[in-house]
Amino acid sequence: MNAPLIGARIERKEDYRFLTGAGQYTDDLAMPNQAYAAFVRSPHAHAKIRGIDASKAKALKGVLAVYTGEDIAAAKLGGLPCGWLITDVNGQPMKEPPHPVLAQGKARHVGDQVAVVIAETQDLARDAAELVEVDYEVLPAVVDAVKARAKGAPVLHDIAPDNTCYVWSIGDKAAVDAAFAKAAHVTRLDLVNNRLVPNAMEPRAVNASYSRHDDSYTLYVASQNPHVERLLMTAFVMGLPEHKVRVVAPDVGGGFGSKIYLYAEDVVATWAAKQLNRPVKWTSDRSEAFISDAHGRDHITVAELAMDKDGKFLAMRVNTTANLGAYLSTFASCVPTILYATLLAGQYTTPLIYCEVAAVFTNTVPVDAYRGAGRPEATYVVERLVETAAREMKLDPAEIRRRNFIKTFPYQTPVALQYDTGDYEATLSAAIKMADVAGFPKRKEEAAKKGKLRGLGYCCYIEACGIAPSNIAGALGARAGLFEAGEIRVHPTGSVTVFTGSHSHGQGHETTFAQVVADRLGLPLDKVDIVHGDTSKILFGMGTYGSRSIAVGGTAIVKALDKIVAKGKKIAAHLLEAAEADIEYDRGVFKVAGTDKQKAFGEVAFAAYVPHNYPLDKLEPGLNENAFYDPTNFTFPAGSYVCEVEVDKETGTTQIVSFVAVDDFGKVINPMIVEGQVHGGLTQGIGQALTEGTRYDAEGQLLSGAFMDYAIPRAGDVPSYKVDTRETPCTHNPLGVKGCGEAGAIGAPAAVINAITDALGVKDIPMPATAQTVWKTLQTRI
Amino acid sequence: MHAFQYHRPSNLKDAVATGAKDEAKYLAGGQSLVQAMKLRLAAPGDLVDLNALADLKALKADASGVTVGAMVRHAEVASSSSVQKVIPALAALAGMIGDRQVRHMGTIGGSLANNDPAADYPAAVLGLGATITTNKRKIEADKFFKGLYETALEPGELITSVSFPVPKRAAYMKFKNPASRFAIVGVFVADFGNAVRVGVTGAGPSAFRQADMEKALAAKFAPESVAGIKVKADGLNTDLHASAEYRAHLVTVMAKRAVEAALK
Repeated sequence: MNAPLIGARIERKEDYRFLTGAGQYTDDLAMPNQAYAAFVRSPHAHAKIRGIDASKAKALKGVLAVYTGEDIAAAKLGGLPCGWLITDVNGQPMKEPPHPVLAQGKARHVGDQVAVVIAETQDLARDAAELVEVDYEVLPAVVDAVKARAKGAPVLHDIAPDNTCYVWSIGDKAAVDAAFAKAAHVTRLDLVNNRLVPNAMEPRAVNASYSRHDDSYTLYVASQNPHVERLLMTAFVMGLPEHKVRVVAPDVGGGFGSKIYLYAEDVVATWAAKQLNRPVKWTSDRSEAFISDAHGRDHITVAELAMDKDGKFLAMRVNTTANLGAYLSTFASCVPTILYATLLAGQYTTPLIYCEVAAVFTNTVPVDAYRGAGRPEATYVVERLVETAAREMKLDPAEIRRRNFIKTFPYQTPVALQYDTGDYEATLSAAIKMADVAGFPKRKEEAAKKGKLRGLGYCCYIEACGIAPSNIAGALGARAGLFEAGEIRVHPTGSVTVFTGSHSHGQGHETTFAQVVADRLGLPLDKVDIVHGDTSKILFGMGTYGSRSIAVGGTAIVKALDKIVAKGKKIAAHLLEAAEADIEYDRGVFKVAGTDKQKAFGEVAFAAYVPHNYPLDKLEPGLNENAFYDPTNFTFPAGSYVCEVEVDKETGTTQIVSFVAVDDFGKVINPMIVEGQVHGGLTQGIGQALTEGTRYDAEGQLLSGAFMDYAIPRAGDVPSYKVDTRETPCTHNPLGVKGCGEAGAIGAPAAVINAITDALGVKDIPMPATAQTVWKTLQTRI
Repeated sequence: MHAFQYHRPSNLKDAVATGAKDEAKYLAGGQSLVQAMKLRLAAPGDLVDLNALADLKALKADASGVTVGAMVRHAEVASSSSVQKVIPALAALAGMIGDRQVRHMGTIGGSLANNDPAADYPAAVLGLGATITTNKRKIEADKFFKGLYETALEPGELITSVSFPVPKRAAYMKFKNPASRFAIVGVFVADFGNAVRVGVTGAGPSAFRQADMEKALAAKFAPESVAGIKVKADGLNTDLHASAEYRAHLVTVMAKRAVEAALK
């Protein structure tokens, strides 16, 4: 018998290897006969490629090959596919321009890959890349999504002459307009959700090899979902059968969404490996990451909220222009639509919602899902509106939320989702208490004596996680299933290897999932290992994003565990000479109910593999089960954040003096890991609110293309967080779990900006609210 | 990084001889140069590593002044108990440079020779009226900083040490760039009893003295003496992080706070 592990604060099993330098990242792997790739990237945001002269590069000793778009076209390699089809307001499919892995005649953003050099060393490849002469005809560029839709704007793709990928809508516009016409008060905000650069600690890397032995490929890649990478690359780009391609995502140092996608470099390296019969490795450096990893956010929005005289929400109307960048990245199309507009109900009973989204191509790095993916943008719209509405209606911001909270479940929103469960009052009242909101007026007064401005801001967010039921996603345009797979392999002496299609790149699955398995089987934690990230080991997987791993991947594992226990009962019944129905499994022991007859888990496992005394006529030997799990609904984590800031009037510097986060993630498996996820998410959210500004100039040059200019928050920039949880277990998965990975990044920006606008007494301030921005706002404050 | 010839001379004479070659660069702490080389923005033909020159590593601080060898690391100045005693503001400034890693590699000679417009040391060198000693001569602080990344150093000339006189009281206040942690504006204020010096870094293309503040503080060394002084934005830097107007405003705020700190 072992102590329960679900809910236990257990230190992460994987940290020992990470902290002692024993991690194995893609760049750590060197293959025999290794060759190295360097990409020639466009220095222009928009340019015709009149010609490429690679003769000087090729002449350099040790250069193996230089490939350009012409070679890619001749090899008939397809372009990068988009995994989600959005149908526009007129019933037409979105515009899907080609996304070649090496530019075909035109470069469309600074960093667009134009050619690749393969050489004996990385330095040599880079030296040679500098010698590739590209004859560019520079074209006018456009970086602003609203300007890109204007008449006369430079056109990126012939099939989208207005640079518009789609205009999409959700909700009943006429009903919403009618509700606005009758409203006692309307709050309106013009909001910009600033573009972010994900900046995982480990830059992207690939190491591809080809084996003439069996005509197969192996691709090591820093990826969040190796099976999806393989599916997209083989079926849609290279025309290879999947059984000839192994994709391994070994230790991966963070992703935040940016490593979900199939990137050009992965395809080029894999293809080149066969051309040269040499393993080809490419590792991005930080400068390259800024101009080639998919960015996040970048919305321009007009948002309106209609209320009756008591502050009861009647309707919401939202119009968003979403910047997609130069090409459609893998899941770019669903982020500003399906993952955004469906969350606009928030935690409230707003009966009518209409949202229209124009998705636009610009001469910038492609934009795709980044921690939260659509849900931070939705939360920012809802929670900025609600807080502003409270101020305009002279209502307490907590009170206006309470008047509009959803209180009965399940709840069908007007924007497609059905929330299964939640208790929004529970998290809000807990957060108010922890933040000592009652003491705020006194603290504000004391701050004023020091010449400082104090402000308090709330954010009550909701997110849809555990993406998703495949059939619903399919009906909404997904071109992939969204289930997860798991396998439990019990070894003869009772230790267990678990194979999961989820991928851990910082989340701590090796601990959390092991806790679930060890708890369910009643085994010590060190008897359970988790294996992930290798298509040759794992039956299938849809990967990790959208806070889905424990809710979907964890449930697949639980289903496989149930099968293990069911089979174990059959074996135990035989061994104990009892009826199967009388066998109970309890924490590592199969027992005959009501007796002291029992067999340990290890004994049953041993019998399964050494089946001397075994019902071979009725039961196969071995103890190995797998399961696929497709959820019946999203999960709906929600929570309440309270942020308190102090603004230095003289410099404009904002200090976050207190940040309280009370989240409802359903059942929590490892509170310490959950807290770590919340801390990280909050920090990224605070980064968006205060420091992270992605800036292009009008010619499309990325001005904030290095850590010298792009400020991700550091430890000293954030407070010591006060976090807690409340629990309403998810109703439709066996663990009752909802997911926690993105919450902080979703809820923090609105809380911070609500606090700063409260401190300054202004309606709005753009993100990032840097010291200069705050100072300027103070200069113009009335 | 492009290929280069690496030299590690063990005496000053050899260092200067090699450093005089075309396309040669001295390597001190490497905190700016090596980054530029890695980004392929700098490609020296010869790299003259100064790290074996023991003569450049001396640090001396007593009542007569502080002399810092050109190859003394920021961390050493920051943690030196004698510097902390003699000119605490100088130790404090050194402790604000970059981050822990930078401070353990970066040197005062490298910083001054590079003359990054946002570096910290130039504010102290100007604010304290230091003297820069090279292999050839002594250069007064006021004659050393010539413009953006430009100094009075001649080709191949090498800083050997920097000497700071001891003020009655002094302080450095820095408003950090949130990304790089360089100074958006840094102000070093030093009161010598008979005169006050104010060195400003980060605000302009090169560090400068703020004469109107020096005059006001010489009359009365108090925060209110500078609080009302409006600095002109003309000629100041504008970048992603701060406009010239914001920088001009911050010079006043940082100067006021530096005076407050010096009086504490």
